[in-house]
Amino acid sequence: MKKNRLWKLFISTLTLSAFTFGGGFVIVSLYKKKFVEELNWLDEDEMLDISAIAQSSPGPIPVNASVILGYRIHGILGSIVAVFGTIIPPFVIISLISIFYEEFKSNHVIAIALQVMRAGVAAVILDVVVNLGKNVIKTKKVLYIIVMIVAFIATYFFHLGAMYTIFFCIGIGLITVLLDYRKEKKNGNSMDSVH
Amino acid sequence: MGTLWTLFISFIQVGLFSVGGGYAAIPLIQEQVVQNHKLLTMAEFTDLITIAEMTPGPISINSATFVGQRVYGTLGAVVCTFGCILPSFIICLTLAYFYYKFRKFSGVQTVLGALRPAVVALIASAGLSILVLALFNTDFNNIVLSEFRGLEFALFIGGFIILRKYKVSAVSIILGTGIVGTILQMIINAI
Repeated sequence: MKKNRLWKLFISTLTLSAFTFGGGFVIVSLYKKKFVEELNWLDEDEMLDISAIAQSSPGPIPVNASVILGYRIHGILGSIVAVFGTIIPPFVIISLISIFYEEFKSNHVIAIALQVMRAGVAAVILDVVVNLGKNVIKTKKVLYIIVMIVAFIATYFFHLGAMYTIFFCIGIGLITVLLDYRKEKKNGNSMDSVH
Repeated sequence: MGTLWTLFISFIQVGLFSVGGGYAAIPLIQEQVVQNHKLLTMAEFTDLITIAEMTPGPISINSATFVGQRVYGTLGAVVCTFGCILPSFIICLTLAYFYYKFRKFSGVQTVLGALRPAVVALIASAGLSILVLALFNTDFNNIVLSEFRGLEFALFIGGFIILRKYKVSAVSIILGTGIVGTILQMIINAI
Protein backbone atom coordinates (compact mmCIF):
# COMPACT_ATOMS: atom_id res chain seq x y z
CA MET A 1 0.00 0.00 0.00
CA LYS A 2 2.77 2.42 1.02
CA LYS A 3 4.91 1.33 -1.87
CA ASN A 4 1.93 1.98 -4.10
CA ARG A 5 1.69 5.53 -2.79
CA LEU A 6 5.36 6.24 -3.44
CA TRP A 7 5.00 4.94 -6.99
CA LYS A 8 1.91 7.10 -7.52
CA LEU A 9 3.80 10.10 -6.13
CA PHE A 10 6.67 9.47 -8.52
CA ILE A 11 4.46 9.02 -11.58
CA SER A 12 2.35 12.07 -10.70
CA THR A 13 5.29 14.44 -10.21
CA LEU A 14 6.94 13.00 -13.34
CA THR A 15 3.95 13.58 -15.64
CA LEU A 16 3.06 16.98 -14.17
CA SER A 17 6.65 18.18 -14.43
CA ALA A 18 6.71 17.17 -18.10
CA PHE A 19 3.84 19.60 -18.75
CA THR A 20 4.88 22.56 -16.63
CA PHE A 21 5.33 25.42 -19.04
CA GLY A 22 5.73 28.82 -17.43
CA GLY A 23 6.69 29.93 -13.96
CA GLY A 24 6.61 28.21 -10.61
CA PHE A 25 2.98 28.88 -9.86
CA VAL A 26 1.92 26.84 -12.86
CA ILE A 27 3.11 23.63 -11.20
CA VAL A 28 1.40 24.68 -8.00
CA SER A 29 -1.96 24.74 -9.77
CA LEU A 30 -1.25 21.38 -11.41
CA TYR A 31 -0.31 19.93 -8.00
CA LYS A 32 -3.48 21.36 -6.49
CA LYS A 33 -5.58 19.69 -9.16
CA LYS A 34 -3.80 16.34 -8.84
CA PHE A 35 -3.07 15.93 -5.13
CA VAL A 36 -5.99 17.86 -3.62
CA GLU A 37 -8.85 17.39 -6.10
CA GLU A 38 -8.05 14.00 -7.66
CA LEU A 39 -6.13 12.03 -5.02
CA ASN A 40 -7.33 13.79 -1.83
CA TRP A 41 -3.89 13.37 -0.29
CA LEU A 42 -3.87 16.79 1.32
CA ASP A 43 -6.26 19.66 1.84
CA GLU A 44 -6.43 22.91 -0.05
CA ASP A 45 -5.04 25.09 2.75
CA GLU A 46 -2.03 22.82 3.06
CA MET A 47 -1.36 23.11 -0.67
CA LEU A 48 -1.47 26.91 -0.46
CA ASP A 49 0.89 26.89 2.54
CA ILE A 50 3.28 24.61 0.66
CA SER A 51 3.16 27.02 -2.29
CA ALA A 52 4.04 29.96 -0.07
CA ILE A 53 6.95 28.10 1.53
CA ALA A 54 8.18 26.89 -1.88
CA GLN A 55 8.06 30.43 -3.24
CA SER A 56 9.90 31.95 -0.29
CA SER A 57 12.72 29.40 -0.24
CA PRO A 58 15.76 29.56 -2.48
CA GLY A 59 15.85 27.34 -5.57
CA PRO A 60 13.37 26.35 -8.26
CA ILE A 61 9.76 26.46 -7.01
CA PRO A 62 8.68 23.10 -8.50
CA VAL A 63 11.60 21.36 -6.76
CA ASN A 64 10.85 23.15 -3.48
CA ALA A 65 7.17 22.23 -3.69
CA SER A 66 8.04 18.59 -4.44
CA VAL A 67 10.36 18.38 -1.43
CA ILE A 68 7.62 19.53 0.96
CA LEU A 69 4.86 17.57 -0.75
CA GLY A 70 6.98 14.41 -0.77
CA TYR A 71 7.84 14.88 2.90
CA ARG A 72 4.14 15.15 3.72
CA ILE A 73 3.26 11.96 1.79
CA HIS A 74 6.14 9.73 2.87
CA GLY A 75 8.85 11.53 4.88
CA ILE A 76 12.35 12.02 3.52
CA LEU A 77 12.02 9.08 1.14
CA GLY A 78 8.89 10.74 -0.26
CA SER A 79 10.88 13.97 -0.78
CA ILE A 80 13.57 12.13 -2.70
CA VAL A 81 11.03 10.31 -4.86
CA ALA A 82 9.07 13.51 -5.62
CA VAL A 83 12.22 15.47 -6.50
CA PHE A 84 13.39 12.74 -8.86
CA GLY A 85 9.99 12.73 -10.54
CA THR A 86 10.22 16.50 -10.94
CA ILE A 87 13.71 16.75 -12.38
CA ILE A 88 13.76 13.75 -14.72
CA PRO A 89 11.53 15.27 -17.47
CA PRO A 90 13.46 18.56 -17.86
CA PHE A 91 16.72 16.64 -17.56
CA VAL A 92 15.85 14.24 -20.38
CA ILE A 93 14.22 16.88 -22.60
CA ILE A 94 17.09 19.38 -22.30
CA SER A 95 19.72 16.67 -22.73
CA LEU A 96 18.10 15.63 -26.01
CA ILE A 97 17.69 19.21 -27.18
CA SER A 98 21.27 20.17 -26.37
CA ILE A 99 22.32 17.40 -28.77
CA PHE A 100 19.74 18.15 -31.51
CA TYR A 101 19.59 21.90 -30.99
CA GLU A 102 19.64 23.03 -34.63
CA GLU A 103 16.93 20.54 -35.66
CA PHE A 104 14.84 21.57 -32.68
CA LYS A 105 15.09 25.29 -33.39
CA SER A 106 14.02 24.97 -37.01
CA ASN A 107 11.17 22.46 -36.51
CA HIS A 108 7.82 24.15 -37.27
CA VAL A 109 5.60 21.45 -35.79
CA ILE A 110 7.35 21.71 -32.41
CA ALA A 111 7.07 25.49 -32.50
CA ILE A 112 3.31 25.30 -33.18
CA ALA A 113 2.73 22.64 -30.51
CA LEU A 114 4.58 24.65 -27.87
CA GLN A 115 2.57 27.77 -28.74
CA VAL A 116 -0.91 26.17 -28.72
CA MET A 117 -0.25 24.19 -25.52
CA ARG A 118 -0.09 27.46 -23.61
CA ALA A 119 -3.85 27.77 -24.13
CA GLY A 120 -4.33 24.44 -22.35
CA VAL A 121 -2.06 25.47 -19.47
CA ALA A 122 -4.00 28.74 -19.10
CA ALA A 123 -7.31 26.81 -19.01
CA VAL A 124 -6.03 24.51 -16.23
CA ILE A 125 -4.81 27.44 -14.13
CA LEU A 126 -8.09 29.32 -14.58
CA ASP A 127 -9.99 26.21 -13.46
CA VAL A 128 -7.86 25.93 -10.31
CA VAL A 129 -8.05 29.68 -9.61
CA VAL A 130 -11.87 29.65 -9.86
CA ASN A 131 -12.03 26.91 -7.20
CA LEU A 132 -9.49 28.61 -4.93
CA GLY A 133 -11.00 32.07 -5.34
CA LYS A 134 -14.48 30.76 -4.55
CA ASN A 135 -13.21 29.32 -1.28
CA VAL A 136 -11.55 32.58 -0.27
CA ILE A 137 -14.81 34.43 -0.90
CA LYS A 138 -16.72 31.73 1.02
CA THR A 139 -14.73 32.54 4.18
CA LYS A 140 -16.65 35.86 4.09
CA LYS A 141 -13.63 37.52 5.70
CA VAL A 142 -13.31 40.97 4.17
CA LEU A 143 -9.59 41.13 5.01
CA TYR A 144 -8.88 37.95 3.04
CA ILE A 145 -10.85 39.09 0.00
CA ILE A 146 -9.09 42.47 0.02
CA VAL A 147 -5.69 40.78 0.38
CA MET A 148 -6.48 38.58 -2.62
CA ILE A 149 -7.57 41.46 -4.86
CA VAL A 150 -4.76 43.83 -3.85
CA ALA A 151 -2.12 41.10 -4.18
CA PHE A 152 -3.37 40.26 -7.65
CA ILE A 153 -3.27 43.87 -8.84
CA ALA A 154 0.16 44.45 -7.27
CA THR A 155 1.62 41.31 -8.82
CA TYR A 156 0.10 41.41 -12.27
CA PHE A 157 -0.12 45.11 -13.06
CA PHE A 158 2.69 46.53 -10.93
CA HIS A 159 5.04 43.53 -11.15
CA LEU A 160 5.62 43.44 -7.42
CA GLY A 161 7.84 40.44 -6.63
CA ALA A 162 6.01 37.46 -5.13
CA MET A 163 8.40 37.51 -2.18
CA TYR A 164 7.32 41.02 -1.19
CA THR A 165 3.66 40.04 -1.41
CA ILE A 166 4.26 37.01 0.78
CA PHE A 167 6.26 38.87 3.42
CA PHE A 168 3.74 41.71 3.45
CA CYS A 169 0.93 39.21 4.10
CA ILE A 170 2.93 37.50 6.84
CA GLY A 171 3.15 40.99 8.38
CA ILE A 172 -0.63 41.41 8.16
CA GLY A 173 -1.03 37.95 9.72
CA LEU A 174 1.31 38.79 12.61
CA ILE A 175 -0.54 42.05 13.31
CA THR A 176 -3.82 40.10 13.37
CA VAL A 177 -2.32 37.62 15.87
CA LEU A 178 -1.17 40.52 18.08
CA LEU A 179 -4.58 42.20 17.96
CA ASP A 180 -6.31 38.91 18.81
CA TYR A 181 -3.92 38.37 21.68
CA ARG A 182 -4.54 41.84 23.11
CA LYS A 183 -8.28 41.37 22.79
CA GLU A 184 -8.07 38.05 24.63
CA LYS A 185 -5.89 39.55 27.32
CA LYS A 186 -8.32 42.41 27.80
CA ASN A 187 -11.26 39.99 28.05
CA GLY A 188 -9.20 37.88 30.46
CA ASN A 189 -8.49 40.93 32.66
CA SER A 190 -12.11 42.02 32.80
CA MET A 191 -13.06 38.46 33.79
CA ASP A 192 -10.46 38.58 36.57
CA SER A 193 -11.81 41.84 37.93
CA VAL A 194 -15.26 40.28 38.20
CA HIS A 195 -13.95 37.61 40.53
CA MET B 1 37.61 16.40 -12.21
CA GLY B 2 38.37 20.07 -11.56
CA THR B 3 35.76 21.06 -14.14
CA LEU B 4 33.12 18.87 -12.53
CA TRP B 5 33.81 20.43 -9.15
CA THR B 6 33.53 23.93 -10.65
CA LEU B 7 30.21 22.97 -12.24
CA PHE B 8 28.93 21.56 -8.97
CA ILE B 9 29.92 24.62 -6.91
CA SER B 10 28.54 27.05 -9.55
CA PHE B 11 25.14 25.42 -9.55
CA ILE B 12 24.97 25.10 -5.78
CA GLN B 13 25.25 28.89 -5.81
CA VAL B 14 22.55 29.20 -8.48
CA GLY B 15 20.27 26.99 -6.39
CA LEU B 16 21.07 28.78 -3.16
CA PHE B 17 20.75 32.38 -4.31
CA SER B 18 17.89 32.23 -6.81
CA VAL B 19 15.05 33.17 -4.49
CA GLY B 20 11.68 33.71 -6.14
CA GLY B 21 12.21 31.18 -8.89
CA GLY B 22 12.01 31.45 -12.67
CA TYR B 23 13.42 34.60 -14.14
CA ALA B 24 15.15 35.62 -10.93
CA ALA B 25 17.66 32.87 -11.65
CA ILE B 26 18.69 34.08 -15.13
CA PRO B 27 21.18 36.83 -14.19
CA LEU B 28 22.64 34.52 -11.56
CA ILE B 29 23.19 31.72 -14.05
CA GLN B 30 24.69 34.17 -16.51
CA GLU B 31 27.13 35.42 -13.91
CA GLN B 32 28.25 31.92 -12.92
CA VAL B 33 28.32 30.33 -16.33
CA VAL B 34 29.31 33.11 -18.75
CA GLN B 35 31.31 35.60 -16.68
CA ASN B 36 32.93 33.73 -13.81
CA HIS B 37 33.75 30.39 -15.35
CA LYS B 38 33.39 30.97 -19.10
CA LEU B 39 31.57 27.65 -19.53
CA LEU B 40 29.28 29.06 -22.27
CA THR B 41 29.56 31.99 -24.69
CA MET B 42 26.93 34.73 -24.54
CA ALA B 43 25.37 33.42 -27.77
CA GLU B 44 25.10 29.92 -26.31
CA PHE B 45 23.62 31.38 -23.17
CA THR B 46 20.95 33.21 -25.19
CA ASP B 47 20.14 29.94 -26.95
CA LEU B 48 19.88 28.29 -23.56
CA ILE B 49 17.34 30.84 -22.31
CA THR B 50 15.29 30.42 -25.51
CA ILE B 51 15.20 26.66 -25.04
CA ALA B 52 14.47 26.95 -21.33
CA GLU B 53 11.47 29.16 -22.08
CA MET B 54 10.13 26.84 -24.76
CA THR B 55 10.42 23.60 -22.83
CA PRO B 56 8.76 22.45 -19.62
CA GLY B 57 10.55 22.50 -16.30
CA PRO B 58 12.17 25.11 -14.07
CA ILE B 59 14.65 27.43 -15.80
CA SER B 60 17.48 26.69 -13.37
CA ILE B 61 17.15 22.91 -13.82
CA ASN B 62 17.01 23.36 -17.59
CA SER B 63 20.14 25.53 -17.48
CA ALA B 64 21.97 23.12 -15.20
CA THR B 65 21.28 20.24 -17.58
CA PHE B 66 22.18 22.27 -20.68
CA VAL B 67 25.43 23.66 -19.29
CA GLY B 68 26.45 20.28 -17.88
CA GLN B 69 25.77 18.53 -21.19
CA ARG B 70 27.72 21.11 -23.18
CA VAL B 71 30.71 21.17 -20.88
CA TYR B 72 31.04 17.60 -19.61
CA GLY B 73 28.38 15.38 -21.20
CA THR B 74 25.71 13.51 -19.26
CA LEU B 75 27.86 13.19 -16.14
CA GLY B 76 28.25 16.98 -16.15
CA ALA B 77 24.49 17.38 -16.49
CA VAL B 78 23.89 15.10 -13.52
CA VAL B 79 26.44 16.96 -11.38
CA CYS B 80 25.00 20.41 -12.28
CA THR B 81 21.41 19.35 -11.68
CA PHE B 82 22.32 17.74 -8.38
CA GLY B 83 24.18 20.89 -7.27
CA CYS B 84 21.22 23.04 -8.25
CA ILE B 85 18.68 21.09 -6.17
CA LEU B 86 20.87 20.35 -3.13
CA PRO B 87 20.25 23.68 -1.30
CA SER B 88 16.50 23.47 -2.08
CA PHE B 89 16.36 19.97 -0.74
CA ILE B 90 18.04 20.72 2.60
CA ILE B 91 16.26 24.03 3.20
CA CYS B 92 12.77 22.87 2.20
CA LEU B 93 13.03 19.64 4.15
CA THR B 94 13.86 21.67 7.26
CA LEU B 95 10.99 24.09 6.60
CA ALA B 96 8.58 21.19 5.94
CA TYR B 97 9.54 19.65 9.28
CA PHE B 98 8.81 22.87 11.15
CA TYR B 99 5.65 23.56 9.17
CA TYR B 100 4.11 20.20 10.04
CA LYS B 101 5.24 20.51 13.65
CA PHE B 102 3.75 23.95 14.27
CA ARG B 103 0.98 24.46 11.76
CA LYS B 104 -1.81 23.48 14.16
CA PHE B 105 -1.02 26.37 16.54
CA SER B 106 -3.67 29.07 16.36
CA GLY B 107 -1.16 31.90 15.89
CA VAL B 108 0.49 30.09 12.98
CA GLN B 109 -2.95 29.40 11.51
CA THR B 110 -3.85 33.10 11.67
CA VAL B 111 -0.66 34.11 9.85
CA LEU B 112 -1.13 31.39 7.22
CA GLY B 113 -4.77 32.45 6.88
CA ALA B 114 -3.72 35.91 5.75
CA LEU B 115 -1.11 34.41 3.44
CA ARG B 116 -3.36 31.98 1.54
CA PRO B 117 -5.48 34.56 -0.34
CA ALA B 118 -2.21 36.13 -1.53
CA VAL B 119 -1.02 32.78 -2.88
CA VAL B 120 -4.33 32.46 -4.76
CA ALA B 121 -3.62 35.89 -6.25
CA LEU B 122 -0.08 34.84 -7.24
CA ILE B 123 -1.42 31.75 -9.00
CA ALA B 124 -4.07 33.86 -10.77
CA SER B 125 -1.40 36.31 -11.90
CA ALA B 126 0.78 33.51 -13.31
CA GLY B 127 -2.28 32.14 -15.11
CA LEU B 128 -3.17 35.48 -16.66
CA SER B 129 0.41 35.96 -17.87
CA ILE B 130 0.31 32.60 -19.65
CA LEU B 131 -3.14 33.35 -21.08
CA VAL B 132 -1.98 36.68 -22.51
CA LEU B 133 1.11 34.94 -23.90
CA ALA B 134 -1.10 32.29 -25.51
CA LEU B 135 -3.55 34.81 -27.02
CA PHE B 136 -1.17 37.59 -28.08
CA ASN B 137 2.28 35.97 -28.01
CA THR B 138 3.57 38.79 -25.80
CA ASP B 139 3.09 40.28 -22.32
CA PHE B 140 0.30 42.57 -21.12
CA ASN B 141 2.15 45.86 -21.74
CA ASN B 142 2.92 44.98 -25.37
CA ILE B 143 -0.47 43.65 -26.46
CA VAL B 144 -1.35 44.44 -30.07
CA LEU B 145 -5.06 43.74 -30.53
CA SER B 146 -4.69 42.81 -34.20
CA GLU B 147 -2.28 40.03 -33.14
CA PHE B 148 -5.12 38.25 -31.34
CA ARG B 149 -4.96 34.48 -31.92
CA GLY B 150 -8.44 33.05 -32.37
CA LEU B 151 -7.32 29.43 -32.42
CA GLU B 152 -5.66 29.66 -29.00
CA PHE B 153 -8.71 31.48 -27.66
CA ALA B 154 -11.00 28.68 -28.87
CA LEU B 155 -8.68 26.05 -27.35
CA PHE B 156 -8.60 27.94 -24.07
CA ILE B 157 -12.40 28.26 -23.83
CA GLY B 158 -12.89 24.65 -24.93
CA GLY B 159 -10.35 23.38 -22.40
CA PHE B 160 -11.88 25.43 -19.61
CA ILE B 161 -15.43 24.19 -20.31
CA ILE B 162 -14.26 20.56 -20.37
CA LEU B 163 -12.41 21.08 -17.08
CA ARG B 164 -15.47 22.58 -15.38
CA LYS B 165 -17.89 19.95 -16.69
CA TYR B 166 -15.91 16.73 -16.47
CA LYS B 167 -13.27 15.31 -14.17
CA VAL B 168 -10.30 15.33 -16.51
CA SER B 169 -6.66 15.60 -15.55
CA ALA B 170 -4.55 18.66 -16.25
CA VAL B 171 -2.14 16.63 -18.35
CA SER B 172 -4.86 15.36 -20.71
CA ILE B 173 -6.13 18.92 -21.25
CA ILE B 174 -2.65 20.29 -22.01
CA LEU B 175 -1.77 17.35 -24.24
CA GLY B 176 -5.20 17.53 -25.90
CA THR B 177 -4.91 21.23 -26.74
CA GLY B 178 -1.39 20.51 -28.00
CA ILE B 179 -2.53 17.81 -30.44
CA VAL B 180 -5.80 19.42 -31.56
CA GLY B 181 -4.20 22.86 -31.80
CA THR B 182 -1.21 21.69 -33.82
CA ILE B 183 -3.40 19.86 -36.34
CA LEU B 184 -5.78 22.84 -36.70
CA GLN B 185 -2.92 25.32 -37.03
CA MET B 186 -1.27 23.22 -39.73
CA ILE B 187 -4.57 23.02 -41.62
CA ILE B 188 -4.97 26.82 -41.30
CA ASN B 189 -1.40 27.34 -42.53
CA ALA B 190 -2.04 25.03 -45.50
CA ILE B 191 -5.15 26.98 -46.55
